[in-house]
Amino acid sequence: MRKCSLQNLETVFEKISESMTLYIPADTKDGADFTKWTKGVQMSQALNTNRSAKDFFFPQTEDLVEFKTEGKNIEVIDTRKESEDFAVFGVRACDVKSFDILDRVFLTEPYDSYYATRREHGVIFSLACTRPAETCFCGTFGINPAEPGADVSMWKTDSEMFFEANTEKGKEILKKLESVTQSADASDVDGQKKKTGEIMKKLPLSDLSAEKFGKGMTSKYFDSPKWRELSATCIGCGTCTFVCPTCQCYDIKDFNSGKGVIRYRCWDSCMYSDFTKMAHGNSRNSQTERFRQRFMHKLVYYPDNNDGMFSCVGCGRCLNKCPISMNIVKVMKTLGGEDNE
Amino acid sequence: MNNRKEALIPAVGVITDIRIDTPDVKTFRVVTPDGKKAFEHKPGQCAMLSIPGVGEAMFSITSSPTNTEFMEFSIKKCGCVTEWLHQAEVGQQITIRGPYGNPFPVDDVFAGKDLLFIAGGIGLAPLRSVINYCRHYKDRYGKIDIVYGSRSKEDLVDYKEIIDEWVVDPDINVHLTIDREQEGWDGHVGFVPNYVKELGFDTGKTAIVCGPPIMIKFTLDGLCSVGFDKKQIYTTMELRMKCGIGKCGRCNIGSKYVCKDGPVFRCDELDELPDEY
Repeated sequence: MRKCSLQNLETVFEKISESMTLYIPADTKDGADFTKWTKGVQMSQALNTNRSAKDFFFPQTEDLVEFKTEGKNIEVIDTRKESEDFAVFGVRACDVKSFDILDRVFLTEPYDSYYATRREHGVIFSLACTRPAETCFCGTFGINPAEPGADVSMWKTDSEMFFEANTEKGKEILKKLESVTQSADASDVDGQKKKTGEIMKKLPLSDLSAEKFGKGMTSKYFDSPKWRELSATCIGCGTCTFVCPTCQCYDIKDFNSGKGVIRYRCWDSCMYSDFTKMAHGNSRNSQTERFRQRFMHKLVYYPDNNDGMFSCVGCGRCLNKCPISMNIVKVMKTLGGEDNE
Repeated sequence: MNNRKEALIPAVGVITDIRIDTPDVKTFRVVTPDGKKAFEHKPGQCAMLSIPGVGEAMFSITSSPTNTEFMEFSIKKCGCVTEWLHQAEVGQQITIRGPYGNPFPVDDVFAGKDLLFIAGGIGLAPLRSVINYCRHYKDRYGKIDIVYGSRSKEDLVDYKEIIDEWVVDPDINVHLTIDREQEGWDGHVGFVPNYVKELGFDTGKTAIVCGPPIMIKFTLDGLCSVGFDKKQIYTTMELRMKCGIGKCGRCNIGSKYVCKDGPVFRCDELDELPDEY
C-alpha cells in the first residue's frame, strides 16, 4: 500500500497527467462531475458525481462510422483514431460495480469494440466512501463501499490518501507514482473502513433487500397490478436512465454533415414512447409498460441472463434526480411487499 | 486495434435487380460491389440494410442459403427506409451487415419431418428462404405443404415463383387463398386460419407460421385446437431493432432479445415470454 498527504495530492495528479489524461471529480455550479484535470483543479468533497462514470466507456454520443455518397455509390469510412490512455480518479464502489455490469453487455460476443477500446485504455482509481448518504443502498446489491476495487483502491482520511493496486494496470501506475507517494501499512485504513461500516448500518435503506427479485421472477411480477399505481405519475423524461450507471440502451442515428453522413450512437431510454415504435405499431404503448420494462430489466431480466447479478448498484442517483420522486427503492418495496425492508 | 469483426460497421452492397411483387412489395437482389454474396446465412436469419442518411432497418433474408450468387430481400413499403428503397434503381448501393438471429432448425429438428408452412401477406418473405432450402434438400424432409394467403391476388408475394416452381413441384402441395372474391381468381377464398382448419392437416406435421400478428394468433389457436402441440409450431418475430447484436435493448422481451435469441421461436418458448409482442 502507498500513501500521500492530501496537500501533495496535486503532485500525484501531475505525475499521472504526464502519461495520460486525468479526470477527477470537481465541483461545478451544478454539483460534482468528472472534470479533466489541469493545474489548479481541486478534487470535490462531494460523495458522488451527478453523472456516473459510465460516460468514460459508453459516452452519451459517439461516432461509429462515416459514409461518403456519390451518385449511387457509397464509401464506408472507419474514422476512429487510436485511443489514448486515460485515468479516472475517485470512482465510488457503486460506479466501479457498474463497469462489471456493462462489461457483461458490451464485452460478450459479438463484442463492442468501441466500448472495449475505452476499457483497455482506461485506468480506474476507486475511492472508498467515508460518509455514505441516506440515498445510498449499494449494500443491497452486495457492494462494500469501503472496498471499492477497480485498478487501484483509494481510502481518504483527514490528512492522507492511501492507494492499493488490485490489477496489473493498477500495479503499473502505482509504480509510476512511487516518487510522489510513500509506503504505508494496510492496517492504516482499518479505522476508516470500520467507520464506514458503522455508518452503513444506520442508513435508512440499510435493510432494503433484493432477495425477492432476481432470476426466474418474470411471471411473479410481470402482471402485478401495482405497476399501474407505481407508474401513474411517471412523465417518461428518462432522467433515471441518463444518470443511471448501468442503463445501456442506445439508438443508432445518421447525421448528414453536408460533407458526408456520420452514423453515431447515443443513449436512449426504454422509458421513451418511441423506443419500440415501429412502422406497424408499438409493442409497449403505455408508460406503465415502459416503466415496468426498466425495472423488470434491472431486477429480473438482467439477472436471468447474468447468473443472478442485478443491474442496479444502489448509487441513489435516481432517488435524487427523479422529478416525481419515483425510484427503484419504491418499486422494490411496493412489489416485494412492505416486509421488503 | 484488433482483428475482430466490427459488429456495427456495415459493408457496401449493390442492388442488382428489383422485382415488383405486389403494389407495396418489391424484392431486391443484393451483392457486394465485386459481384459476390455479402455473407453466408442460414434459413430464417436476417440482415441490417441501410441507406446512409436515411436509416438502418432489419430485414429477413428471403433467398435460400443454397443460392450461392446473391441474396434477396422482399420488402414492404411501410416506413422511411422501405419507402426510400422502393424508389431506388438498379445499381444503387446500400449498406449491409449480418447475418443476425437464430435460424429455423432445418438441419436437426426439421429433418425427416412433414413440414407445413403457413404464411400471410409479407409473412412469406422469411419463410421463402426455408421453403426453398427444404426444396433444395427435399430428400431430408417428409411431405411439404404450403398454405399462403393474402388480401388479393395482386398481394401474393412471389406469385410467379409460386406458380412456376412451387405449384408444379410434385413433392409440394401449395394451397393459396385470398381474403375476398376477385375476378380472375378461381382458387380458395377466405382467411388463412380458417383455410388451415378446412384443409385438416395431420397433426404430426411441424408447422412454420409467419404473417401479421393477428393471423399468427388465430392460426396458432386453430392448430392447437385440432391437436398440434406447441412444440411442433415455429414462428418468426419482428420487433424494432437497432444494433442487431442484443445490446441496444430495443427488442428485449423478458430475458430474450429478438435479434439474438430470435427471431425464430418455438411456440412453447413464446409462451414463456411476457405478453409484450
